[in-house]
Amino acid sequence: MLSPGPGAGGAGTVSRGGRFAAPITFAVFGLVDILVFGVHAHGDATFSFTPQFAKVTVPNLVVSAAAACFVGGAITLLLAGWRLLAELGVVSIGRVLRRVMLGLVLFFFVVSLLAWSDAGQSISFNVVNLLSGTLNVSIPIMLGALTGVICSTSGVINIAIEGQLLLGAFCAAIATSVTGSLWLGLICGAAAGSLVGVLLALFAIAYTVDQVVLGVVLNTLILGLTGYLYNALMTGQYADTLNNPNTFSAVKIPGLGDIPIIGPVFFDSTVFLYITYVLLAAIQIGLFRTRWGLRTRAVGEHPVAADTVGIRVLAMRYRNVIAAGLIAGIGGAYFTIGSVGSFGPDMSSGEGYIALAAMIFGRYTPFGAIGAALLFGFTTQLQSILSSLNVPIQSNLLLMTPYIVTIIVVAGLVGKVRGPRAEGIPYIKS
Amino acid sequence: MTTPPPATQPSASPPPTAEKTSKDGRHRPFGKIVRESFLEGNTFTVTVLALFSATVLGGLLVAFTNTDVLHAWSNFFSAPGHAIAAAWDAAIGTYVALFEGSVFNPHTVSALFQQASISTAIHDGYLSAVFAPLSETATQATPLILTGLAVALPYQAGMFNIGGQSQFIGGAIVSAWLGYNVNMPFFVHVVVCVIGGFVGGAAIGWLAGEIKARTGAHEVIVTIMLNYVMLYFLAYLLSSQSLMQAPGSTNAITPPIASNAHLPLLAGTHLRVNAGFLIALACAFAIWWLLNRTTTGFEFRSIGANASASRVAGMNVERNWALVMAIGGGLAGLAASTVILGTDFQLNPQSFGTYGIDAITVALLGLGRPGGVVAAGLLFGALHAGSPGMQTSTGTPVQIVQVLQALIVLFVAAPPLVRAIYRLRTARASGVGGTMSKGWNA
Repeated sequence: MLSPGPGAGGAGTVSRGGRFAAPITFAVFGLVDILVFGVHAHGDATFSFTPQFAKVTVPNLVVSAAAACFVGGAITLLLAGWRLLAELGVVSIGRVLRRVMLGLVLFFFVVSLLAWSDAGQSISFNVVNLLSGTLNVSIPIMLGALTGVICSTSGVINIAIEGQLLLGAFCAAIATSVTGSLWLGLICGAAAGSLVGVLLALFAIAYTVDQVVLGVVLNTLILGLTGYLYNALMTGQYADTLNNPNTFSAVKIPGLGDIPIIGPVFFDSTVFLYITYVLLAAIQIGLFRTRWGLRTRAVGEHPVAADTVGIRVLAMRYRNVIAAGLIAGIGGAYFTIGSVGSFGPDMSSGEGYIALAAMIFGRYTPFGAIGAALLFGFTTQLQSILSSLNVPIQSNLLLMTPYIVTIIVVAGLVGKVRGPRAEGIPYIKS
Repeated sequence: MTTPPPATQPSASPPPTAEKTSKDGRHRPFGKIVRESFLEGNTFTVTVLALFSATVLGGLLVAFTNTDVLHAWSNFFSAPGHAIAAAWDAAIGTYVALFEGSVFNPHTVSALFQQASISTAIHDGYLSAVFAPLSETATQATPLILTGLAVALPYQAGMFNIGGQSQFIGGAIVSAWLGYNVNMPFFVHVVVCVIGGFVGGAAIGWLAGEIKARTGAHEVIVTIMLNYVMLYFLAYLLSSQSLMQAPGSTNAITPPIASNAHLPLLAGTHLRVNAGFLIALACAFAIWWLLNRTTTGFEFRSIGANASASRVAGMNVERNWALVMAIGGGLAGLAASTVILGTDFQLNPQSFGTYGIDAITVALLGLGRPGGVVAAGLLFGALHAGSPGMQTSTGTPVQIVQVLQALIVLFVAAPPLVRAIYRLRTARASGVGGTMSKGWNA
């Protein structure tokens, strides 16, 4: 199925399980839909699509929970059979169709899970809250993943996303508390992320330090530094003056924000979400439609060739890593001046590493990374809603799933992920 | 089916051979050689200067975040001497407190001699108090050395193990479960628990190595993800009384382990230092022996130097990846058992602490060598041991230790930076950072 390129590590043989992994996984999902959720769902499930205080209301959807699970499970099993035929070479399915199938399987799994969890409950399950919460929870992960995409595409491994988020959160909180200006806080947060980018670029590019080691050490440094400064300066007598920022309030976009379902989910949030949209579009177009993007990709894939045609490899990498830091810094600022309102030690709590996973999961593309980040955010949000509904499900096991899925994806069971060829290899002009 | 490995370019760096042959230096006087080798900026010099630089930077950080110092600086123009003195006092006070908490505190000696007789002094623990800082350093260093080895050994084989946390949790779960759930005689029980810890950690480490060996998935990503998987798995185990939560407890904590499973104390009941420290030292020696005196160790180092060349030479690279990660994971699991059986006696959702990250700093400062790891583990163990006392006596937050650790490693990892700061000449040998990074896809 796959032929390893030279130096492709241990990818010499693909285990036999690799070929049938997808159909088997699909079948397992289908059986879970039917046997776990369908059999145990009693009564009706109510889905509501209207946030509180909305002008336009959408009628609630009431379905029999068991029926929803059975239908979803049956369709999933059909998809599993179809995929099996494709793997056996009976029918052929294209790349897009494969992804649509995977999407459908996950969709029906979530529908069955929600139907089962809401079955027989008096409260309706608010789908809009779930989706808008997902978007907001995912903001730091999305922005961090975009930073990772730019750095990786330029050929620099950025594990310091975690540190960029944390320092961004810290500086945004202090700047906003001192000056009272949210926008100044946002700028300071971005600058803090960029500062980490400067360190990363300096050590990785000029001093050719191992970039994975470097990223981890920078994260440790920033974790310690922010924790130290928090205890030294932001508690006690200074708490009010240094750690008491305002937060951005939600801005509804006129017109778009009033569309039922879509409006409250996508167009009624803080400025951070809109920044994310803009950055996503800009990076997608920039990487694949502009001269800058072509050069960036060239520098990450084959720096020698890029140098030969006159692209300044090191300058390109410096610029991209430092500029990408701004994005993660904004993502970090979301923690303090976007949602919580005050800084706490280790408040990014590993979301930078999740962003890294999302980047790889999303195959190093902006849209892929955002999609993967949303998947991570979705499980977090789903977990918090389900626990508020008192659903008898182990929240810890639910929170574990995205990480297991990432391992499965990275292991190549759902298709091989390959990063830029020169990623992590310092370029030394000979 | 085994396909012949793809032809690769001839190995750039051959597998490690015997000792480096000294080229010159026979004709020059000894003193000159020593002076030159120091100025050359070799590994030792760079490490010492890295420690020095980090200490200075840490001192500056302490001085200029101290509220008294900041107050003094606001009156700088009326009393400049006072401001500088306050800054100096704050920084030095912090380091002195760290030293007193980790190595030797003079007050304990004077207290010892104020006692009426030596026998009562010993009985009342005054003698123990003299050695308490050292005991605490050894106790804190134990898991750091073991997790440091868990990172250093795979590093020699070219793998970067960020999964110390997951392997620690794996070992802790097995160790704790055996500790409270099984009834065994003294000694047998503690040995079984320690071995269980090794096996638990090794299983998680092996998983990461095996995934890399089979699919080529990068071990850094896999181990980071496993860290979170194990973190939630531990929380899951501790969330239900039918699993591992202590009966009748509302806290997420296991029942206390049986006293037969406690690691024996080494220096009396007043001091916490226990047999775990000996386990750590023994493991460091064993890893040194493994790396330098066995075929397996040679294969590890060879693969770390050049995996393609090793494959051509007939070594089973994939099997070695899985093996080295299993042993590394086992060491992290041992670290967990020394914590659970030696000091904590219970498992809670935070038992893994920051060992996963600390391990990386220990291994890097130790330059990936067992002896270096022991030294680095003792140094960072001393910082950890001294920090609580430092916070109470000087008000400097304990996180300064983490800052110092990261700064030290940052300098150690970038020898060119240290050489540039101190105007040293370029050396032939280089530290960990000198090894070129290999990238994701390698």
